[in-house]
Amino acid sequence: MQIHDNPALKAEARNLNFYYGEAKALKGINMPIYDKKVTALIGPSGCGKSTYLRSFNRMHDLYPGNRYEGEIRFFPDNTNLLSPEVDPIEVRMRVGMVFQKPNPFPKSIYENVAYGLRVRGENNKRVLDDKVEHALKGGALWDEVKDRLNELASNLSGGQQQRLCIARALATDPELLLFDEPTSALDPIATAAIEELVHELKKRVTILIVTHNMQQAARVSDYTAYMFLGEMIEFGKTDEIFLKPKDKRTEDYITGRMG
Amino acid sequence: MQPLTTEQIRAVIARGKLKDTIFKALGLFCLSIGLLVIVALIVDMFIKGSERFTLDFFMNFASRRATQAGILSAWVGSLLVMLVTALAAVPLGVAAGLYLEEYAKRNWLTHIIEVNISNLAAVPSIVYGLLALGIFVYQFGFGQSILSAGLTLALLILPIIIVATREAIRAIPAMIREGSMAVGATRWQTCRYHIIPYAMPGILTGVIIGLARAIGETAPIITIGALTFIAFLPPVPFTGEPPAGLFEWVMSPFTVMPIQIFNWTSRPDPAFEVNAAAAGFVLMVMVLSMNAVAIYLRYKMRKNIKW
Repeated sequence: MQIHDNPALKAEARNLNFYYGEAKALKGINMPIYDKKVTALIGPSGCGKSTYLRSFNRMHDLYPGNRYEGEIRFFPDNTNLLSPEVDPIEVRMRVGMVFQKPNPFPKSIYENVAYGLRVRGENNKRVLDDKVEHALKGGALWDEVKDRLNELASNLSGGQQQRLCIARALATDPELLLFDEPTSALDPIATAAIEELVHELKKRVTILIVTHNMQQAARVSDYTAYMFLGEMIEFGKTDEIFLKPKDKRTEDYITGRMG
Repeated sequence: MQPLTTEQIRAVIARGKLKDTIFKALGLFCLSIGLLVIVALIVDMFIKGSERFTLDFFMNFASRRATQAGILSAWVGSLLVMLVTALAAVPLGVAAGLYLEEYAKRNWLTHIIEVNISNLAAVPSIVYGLLALGIFVYQFGFGQSILSAGLTLALLILPIIIVATREAIRAIPAMIREGSMAVGATRWQTCRYHIIPYAMPGILTGVIIGLARAIGETAPIITIGALTFIAFLPPVPFTGEPPAGLFEWVMSPFTVMPIQIFNWTSRPDPAFEVNAAAAGFVLMVMVLSMNAVAIYLRYKMRKNIKW
């Protein structure tokens, strides 16, 4: 799986295994994540793509009985994100996440975006105002909400809520942004807006996105990984994966014969 | 089996509907028994006690003459005891519930603790009275004071508050917790900014239901030795010479509404029965208004919390 003229590495999974209790959910995954690129994870339900994604911000640490083996190296500092010596909170401060279903807090639009900054101890009103505006612009939501920042986030539409969640993640300048099927709860128009935003965001942040939708993977990503039953079957440039997959299983999935 | 004819289908439906009607009537009957009894009780107390509903009744101390006796020391005592109860039980109960839901590891020890919280709720109130007599009144030397009574009732309603807190926390979806942790928040930041505020309507409801239960408790208060004839008021809370003066009131002897009622019903002079009925009605109004406040607060606070 040698790929030439590649950009710099942002992260790399090395022989990653993951267990929910006794059940092995990820089996020996090796995969590079390139800096300022969009990498899509595709595969049928239950193949472990969300499990893999949630390893990058140690979300599994929130629940008992989960166990990692192997490494996820994070660059440029070559930190192993999964090391027991690395605080998961420190990992989450560097790696942002957007969830499947929009999950804004039942607070104002402003407070939703400012939350990550407050958690970091920022209380200066001017700094907060500034960063909230910047993040909302980054989430392509500023023009729609600039006159009602103090309204409840739950008053926004589903698509706006999801862009708010993206802004919330952007506010703290993450190095890597994880998207866990971010459009599966949205209508086609809202989906298009999110996809466009992802395209825009890769100028400033590395993106790893799980999607059920192969067209979406083809549209938004530079690299694609196909996963099946907890294994990484194939990884490559998106057009290569879709146009000439090397593995039979990848081809079956992409052509719709499976999954 | 032969397919049913239209006639047969109608007969089946008619039989089913008859059972529907029977159960509906039965259910309504059962419901009205409970409701009618409580309404009858309240109306009866109101009618019996109606001649006592004057300002004097609320502003007079206990007296040997029924017509001059009032409930001043009783309702003031009840309110002050409730204040101590709330101040003690709310922080303890909320912290315990929060710990069990958000921090405790799921193991056998947590399991035993959980089961025993339910057991705690089933302990007869007189047992709390005995416990308090030994510990608060004598061991800690609080005496027969508002403090002893408030702490006793706090123990009594602690399980109610813990359970209400846990249920309110469990109703918060996991995705809110994950959303908070994903930006790098600690458990405590997640609790402080999200879990506690969003659980607050449920917690408050539990607190008020607990207090409504506590305000009517008689047995443990008698056990720790509340007086039945108090012709003075405790110092007004938080007004004395600081720092000690602020809390003089908690060490004051006291009486509470249920004890005053109990005292009046045990007198031979039937005129005191009128007092007892009137005071009983006032106590009911206190309890019902607490519940009303709980319902209102829950409604008001939940309006802004949507997932």
